Amino acid sequence: MFLFAAALLLQPAVEAPTDWDKEFGVEEKVRDPVTGELPVDPYVQDNRNAGAAPFSGTAMADAFGGQAGIRRVANRTVELSEADPRIAAIFVSHDMVRLKRTLFEQFCYILNAGCDYSGRDMAASHRDMGVRMRDMNALVENLQAAMREENIAFAAQNRFLSKLAPMSTDVIER
Amino acid sequence: MDQPLLRLSAALPLLLASIAAPAHAQDARVIDGGKLLLTNGVATIEGTSGGGLATWATIAGRETDRGIGLSGHVTLIELPDYGWQSHGFAVGIANRLELSYARQNFDTRDVGTALGLGKGYTLNQDVFGAKVRLIGDTVYGDPLLPQISVGVEHKRNRDTPVALAVGAAHGKGTDVTLSATKLFLSHSVLVNATARLTKANQAGLLGFGTAGSDDHSLQFEGSVAYQLSRRAVVGAEYRTKPDNLAIAREDDWWDLSAAYALTNNLTVTAAYVDLGSIATFDKQRGGFLSAQLAF
Repeated sequence: MFLFAAALLLQPAVEAPTDWDKEFGVEEKVRDPVTGELPVDPYVQDNRNAGAAPFSGTAMADAFGGQAGIRRVANRTVELSEADPRIAAIFVSHDMVRLKRTLFEQFCYILNAGCDYSGRDMAASHRDMGVRMRDMNALVENLQAAMREENIAFAAQNRFLSKLAPMSTDVIER
Repeated sequence: MDQPLLRLSAALPLLLASIAAPAHAQDARVIDGGKLLLTNGVATIEGTSGGGLATWATIAGRETDRGIGLSGHVTLIELPDYGWQSHGFAVGIANRLELSYARQNFDTRDVGTALGLGKGYTLNQDVFGAKVRLIGDTVYGDPLLPQISVGVEHKRNRDTPVALAVGAAHGKGTDVTLSATKLFLSHSVLVNATARLTKANQAGLLGFGTAGSDDHSLQFEGSVAYQLSRRAVVGAEYRTKPDNLAIAREDDWWDLSAAYALTNNLTVTAAYVDLGSIATFDKQRGGFLSAQLAF
């Protein structure tokens, strides 16, 4: 502690603070003033990026309470996961505004509630996150909790999960 | 050395450390307990993970692919003429390998007198199991690819003289199982099918094979379960058995069961079981109660 203080004292008093972002060539990302999202590298948007074919008919969308209900489930899943000590670290430094939107779109598209999915595919969006099976299980539990809070029938919860479960191979890293 | 470079050299290890540490969540404990609820199955009468009577492709314990899981159980079966008690434990390693042990105690009660063994004579057996998951996942991955596991159950009857007296050829035997298990989420239904090569008479409690028929036979175990909630499941099982002994007929087994995860670690299973005829005493139908503690 003392040495640290001494080191601070020994530094030249009038040195301009170094811009480390500039030193390392880091470009500052600015949130979009309208959407509040950070920019991402360009990619081709396609509903197939959602990773599953949507349900047919309106039964599943109805079971989830339409777009309003689906949005609450998606937002709540993200909030629970950010607060979940098992997986919170995965979300640090990720754009939660964008995640909530794209997760909603993905859920809404798959549940056939009248949305297009504009996010990246599952492999690209989870690349280098180091997601393990236990992390995926934790996320599933948080999604289940969010669906329970919306009083979605358990059979409908599982039907929805049946669309998401096969994505594990793109999400989990070995 | 000028100041910026000095500071850069101080910052570099930090930078490297942040690159070297991937963004995954906090490192799991060895006993990570991360498996989805009930997807470790419940202990079978042979100590393997499964549905009670039938062995499944599931791996015991609540570990995921990088952890170790532990599981212990006690099972009671109350029948018209017999009482069953078994207990055991299992270790699951990386959701890949399951090692299990069960001790079975079969109280013959008054039948013991009739068979000349003495009232309340108890047949005992140790079962040592090993099961390896070959491919697939009960929940994840290709919805049409089940979790497939192969297992061995080495059974050592501790009352070999009795087994030999009723006509069995051996007091020890080894079963080989091949199981496929899948949770069809779209229907909330879990299906299991198991093929078992066995010589066991009444699961081995009456020994293995006979002098005349000493080959392994192929038997089948099927389970269907419906998930009512994250914690509750109801199901039915059917298990075929060899019928080797001349002195007593042996029937297939079936059950109707319900399992409930009281906590993430404690699961209770209750069932109505029909174990058919056992040592000439027919219609052995009764109640099955099992508690499993898993981490």
